[in-house]
Amino acid sequence: MRRCLAALAAVTLLSLTACATDEPGGGPAGGSTSAAGSGTGEQSKFFVQADYDAELALLDATPTGPADKPWEQMLNPTMVDTSKFRKAGPHKLCFSNAALNNPWRQVGFKTMQAEVAAQGSRISEFVHVDAEGKDQKQIADINDLLGKGCDALIVSPNTTATLTPAVEAACKAGLPVVVFDRGVSTKCPVTFVNPIGGYGFGHVGAEFVSQRMKPGGKVLALRILPGVDVLETRWSAAKVAFDKAKVDVVGVEFTDGDPAKTKKIVDDYLQRYGTIDGVWMDAGAVAVAAVEAFQDAGKPVPPINGEDQLDFLKVWKDKGLTAIAPTYPTYQWRTPVIAALRILDGQQVANPWKLPQPTITQDNLDRYLDPGMPPLHYAMCGCTDLPGYPQRWK
Amino acid sequence: MPTVARRALSPIRLRVRPGGVLPILALLAVLLVLVGLRQPDFLDPPSLMSFLGRSAPVILLAAGQYFVIVSGEFDLSVGSLVTAQVVVAARLIDSDPARTWPVVLLLLVFGALVGLVNGLVTTRLRVPSFITTLGMFLILVGAVYLWSDGAPKGGLSEEFRRFGRRASEDVPLLGRVPYALLVLVVVAALAVLLMRSDFGRTLVAVGDNPRTAQLSGVRVWRTRTVAFVLSGLAAAVAAILLGGYSGVSFQAGAGLEFGAITAVVLGGVALGGGRGSVVGAMLGALTLELLFALMNFYGVSGALRSTVQGAIILLAVAVSATRSSSR
Repeated sequence: MRRCLAALAAVTLLSLTACATDEPGGGPAGGSTSAAGSGTGEQSKFFVQADYDAELALLDATPTGPADKPWEQMLNPTMVDTSKFRKAGPHKLCFSNAALNNPWRQVGFKTMQAEVAAQGSRISEFVHVDAEGKDQKQIADINDLLGKGCDALIVSPNTTATLTPAVEAACKAGLPVVVFDRGVSTKCPVTFVNPIGGYGFGHVGAEFVSQRMKPGGKVLALRILPGVDVLETRWSAAKVAFDKAKVDVVGVEFTDGDPAKTKKIVDDYLQRYGTIDGVWMDAGAVAVAAVEAFQDAGKPVPPINGEDQLDFLKVWKDKGLTAIAPTYPTYQWRTPVIAALRILDGQQVANPWKLPQPTITQDNLDRYLDPGMPPLHYAMCGCTDLPGYPQRWK
Repeated sequence: MPTVARRALSPIRLRVRPGGVLPILALLAVLLVLVGLRQPDFLDPPSLMSFLGRSAPVILLAAGQYFVIVSGEFDLSVGSLVTAQVVVAARLIDSDPARTWPVVLLLLVFGALVGLVNGLVTTRLRVPSFITTLGMFLILVGAVYLWSDGAPKGGLSEEFRRFGRRASEDVPLLGRVPYALLVLVVVAALAVLLMRSDFGRTLVAVGDNPRTAQLSGVRVWRTRTVAFVLSGLAAAVAAILLGGYSGVSFQAGAGLEFGAITAVVLGGVALGGGRGSVVGAMLGALTLELLFALMNFYGVSGALRSTVQGAIILLAVAVSATRSSSR
């Protein structure tokens, strides 16, 4: 056990040095290395008990709004007045996008474009600027957009703290600002749209894995990288669940979202421990690689969580896995467009606009598994009723 | 008679000369013993076979890198070439099994072409290969990013992935032999044959002293360009195996160029060219992978791998520098 802990400490420490991110608002996520009951290490610096409690409560809350349109639903909404932004249409909407550099953002952005198309003549022009994952570029992008006569500005911030002043400047310019996905640390936007969040995601996966595996079994936790708030919250909620369930977390490893690295890590653990009884992941992108590592080693695939990416859903169905897929739904890309138009109509909107965050389970798997869609598509896109489906997403 | 006498005297000295395979074999044996003590199951045929299969791409890249290094140049572009190949393959195949073979062919041509450009720019335009291939590295990274908007699209067919993932089952004695290992054995045999041919000798001569080679009638630029083409081809084969092993990934080839160079240096090949064998380079890659496996068994973080690689390169170059100055 002592050796495991030392190894874990070394792993975490080195991964931290190796994968320094420019994610602010966090500083190092580290220190999470010293002894603790089940090998999960110390709690993440990002962990906020009140937020955790609130998110877990939201998982059971009943949303208001149309049941067949979760992207228009709100959880425990507090409505804000927007009458001062009322304006005659059609409108010019501008969108400063953090990046398009992963399949989740690709699917989301296509969904957003389709939503714009669906709004038809209500939107005269939709301007999109891609910051390519760079804070400095996004700050400049937002500044440029302020001079382009936008009626409303949608921002998906690259990082929280660094983009806050740029968003504040946009608010001061007088146009309504809608922020979604990652947040900013200012209350000035009219609304902040996002799903329940990371604690909910991490908790759902960890609870499933620890309940379905054999008691006291060995869990391998695979994380993408440290220090990013949305991912840290996922892990910290999972840690709470694993500590409570008293499972033996034999490793917490960082995969960088790379399938080859993931497969090697899982393979390494299988060689070192013989069997692994449960796998938890903070994001589904490499879930299939983890599953393949078990298959290729000729071992049964233990209870595992992935995400709503189709490649995982397909393996799950084909191989009869014991699996679950908490989601960070891509349908949230529709909501900012809807919110911006409502604000420009002077209608009330919820702030924050908390969207439901559905989970794919064995029972509803078939509803989300569309074999005609590409492997990297996200099932929870809420896009089947949008113009251009399915070609636009292929 | 004098020749015989000298022969009888010198085998030991001959074998441990710089560039010989004896040191790397000794190191490999030591690591095998250490692994065997720590994790005896690892040496069972099934797990050993799967280890060799997993290591095949790196060993292939080391062989490709050897051709370039022994001729006195570098190829830093192979890692990004592998990534580009995997991403291109996924997009072109788009999960359609019928496109597997045409795409495999295309990847080989693409790899050879990239090598040809590297070679011609280095030899004809006289750009140092360090710069040429670094430029190619950046061009490929950028082009892949631009072409795919930063996220891979499409998917690899099961037929394509078979080479890197599946195995020939029920082989007597060995059990399961990964296809990747079979590919490796074939390529390794070809590489050894090539190095025994006239071309191989010319290649080493060019690396040892390009001026002398030139004066004795060798077209140095052509020989070196062929070396780059061989490295590109090795990268293509490695990409097919790696893509098969892990599926589409944007990081498929990240850092492989340094892995390959480390392996080549570890295998006793002199940076700067002219000394070392292709078998040594491939054994170097195998040793490096075994070292990483050993680190895993002792619970050492994977993040230390690049540190270990860096240390090996520095150490090996320092050792060979002191040796050649005392030559």
